[in-house]
Amino acid sequence: MRRSTKEIIIKQAFLATAITSLAVLALIMIFLFMEGLPTFSFVSVKDFLFGVDWYPTDEANPAYGILPLIVASGAVTALSSLLAIPLGVMTAVYLAEIASPRLRAVVKPVVEMLASLPSVVIGFFGMVIMAPFLQDYFGIAVGLNLSNAALMLAFMSVPTIASVSEDAIYAVPRDLKEASFALGATHLETLARVTLPAALSGIGTAVILGMSRAIGETMVVLMVAGGAAVIPNSLWSPVRPMPASIAAEMAEAPFRGHHYHALFATAMVLFMVTLLFNILADYFSHKHQQSGSASL
Amino acid sequence: MTAEAILSVPTPPRQSLSVTTGRDRVRKTKQWLAFMMLRGAILIVAAALAVIIGFLVINGISSISWGFLTEVPRNNMTEGGIWPCIVGTLLLSLGAMAVALPLGVASAIYLHEYALPGRTMRIIRLGVNNLAGVPSVVFGLFGLGLFVTAMNLGVSILAGWLTLGVLCLPVIIGTTEEALRSVPATYREASLALGGTKWQTIWRVVLPSALPGILTGSILGISRAAGETAAIMFTAAVFYTPKMPNSIFSDVMALPYHIYVLATAGTEIEKTRPIQYGTALVLIALVLGMNLFAIILRAWLQRRGTR
Repeated sequence: MRRSTKEIIIKQAFLATAITSLAVLALIMIFLFMEGLPTFSFVSVKDFLFGVDWYPTDEANPAYGILPLIVASGAVTALSSLLAIPLGVMTAVYLAEIASPRLRAVVKPVVEMLASLPSVVIGFFGMVIMAPFLQDYFGIAVGLNLSNAALMLAFMSVPTIASVSEDAIYAVPRDLKEASFALGATHLETLARVTLPAALSGIGTAVILGMSRAIGETMVVLMVAGGAAVIPNSLWSPVRPMPASIAAEMAEAPFRGHHYHALFATAMVLFMVTLLFNILADYFSHKHQQSGSASL
Repeated sequence: MTAEAILSVPTPPRQSLSVTTGRDRVRKTKQWLAFMMLRGAILIVAAALAVIIGFLVINGISSISWGFLTEVPRNNMTEGGIWPCIVGTLLLSLGAMAVALPLGVASAIYLHEYALPGRTMRIIRLGVNNLAGVPSVVFGLFGLGLFVTAMNLGVSILAGWLTLGVLCLPVIIGTTEEALRSVPATYREASLALGGTKWQTIWRVVLPSALPGILTGSILGISRAAGETAAIMFTAAVFYTPKMPNSIFSDVMALPYHIYVLATAGTEIEKTRPIQYGTALVLIALVLGMNLFAIILRAWLQRRGTR
């Protein structure tokens, strides 16, 4: 009896610890809202989200419209996805289906090392090496711009997309592929018509997670995107995505002033977007889980 | 069939039995081209890593000296070394792990050993996955709001530990669960058959066999915390402090923040370029070194496991 009571207590203690993650998530939300919602006492939700002027430090006439920041985040993420999705999925296909075990043992750590590079180092690389290169090579005025940031971000989301996609490709039942080979299909035909369609929901999850990582990445866009809070009109425009704005301005914003609250409200928007992406990814991976050949 | 054979991907027969026709040749060529493109993708990824590391090593190696590593910054940070940043980064990342490891391992034990598939587990998992996706700057604001302001810890090592600790939590949970998964069910069954309770089984059988895997995970967690910038810029790090940290309420200098500040702020950006390169090189040596160690440890464990 005493032994079983002890067991129950231990189990409950573990449950309580496991809830920490949820509690932290809830606390993050509470603090963002607590410090962010006061924004809407001096600017309407509509003006905040769709206002095109972001002059939070203007003494006479401050403006708190974050549309340029939202558009910048969207543009940088979309452009980086154009590069990262094909590269990530192709890397995953190669690792899961084609590489010999020996080659795999070399390539997989390379992908993992790329994932582990600190974002500030990638940002630094973009600043001191990529930016002057782009200026010289393309003859543009500023090297710190949308395209440079997107390129750096792409290298950060490739490992995420590759590793999650690889798991999905691995999970495709072996008998599906064997059936395809038995019908005389080549390896490529099997990949394109059987393996990839069966792994599609997992690859979708990978893509969403990769984009979510890109949209929330801070240091790279802070150092490389150029920092101009205007709606970009070309691929070489300097931009100021949401995380960059928060990180750059928080230190200077007077505590609990309008600017401070507006930055927390921006973080609220950013948090909601990444939360949406992550819930979407979770939904995809559960809803369309490939449990065997029977569900095809 | 051995486990190896089941896990390996089936490859098509090398030679077709039928007579090769022109159409087959087209299909073979197509496949060759497609696989070449895949190889190209791998090369791009590998080249990106090589180029980034290569440039940092070439430009940074000349800055590295014994003095650079062990001296304090001088003359408005335009000369001298980065010793306080190295100390700060080590302190922050090790402390963050002290916060994240117990919580993360216990969470993983609950998820893998106790929880039955159902709503509770689904919600907790969703929480962990979403925590993993929270942008680091949002963690920074959260730390500023809760630890620095509400709990009145100020910009301090302790606030940094707590912020980085919750940031690393999903990494630890994920790697620990993987380690627990790799412990064969027969170990648990044997312990239970001998009359061990669930807790005795976990404590004496499951955890000892999962320990190396958990160790790997915590190394990855430390390296993640060491490279983190946005989460510490409002909670723990300052761009210059003349004194070394002497309590958990001190603020500290840190390698990633040092790089950011020197590269973006101030009037001496060009002059301090060698220091920036040197600091970046020290940081990636630290982070990649830990990662490489974890990767090798894991490969060794897997070999031991299959033998």
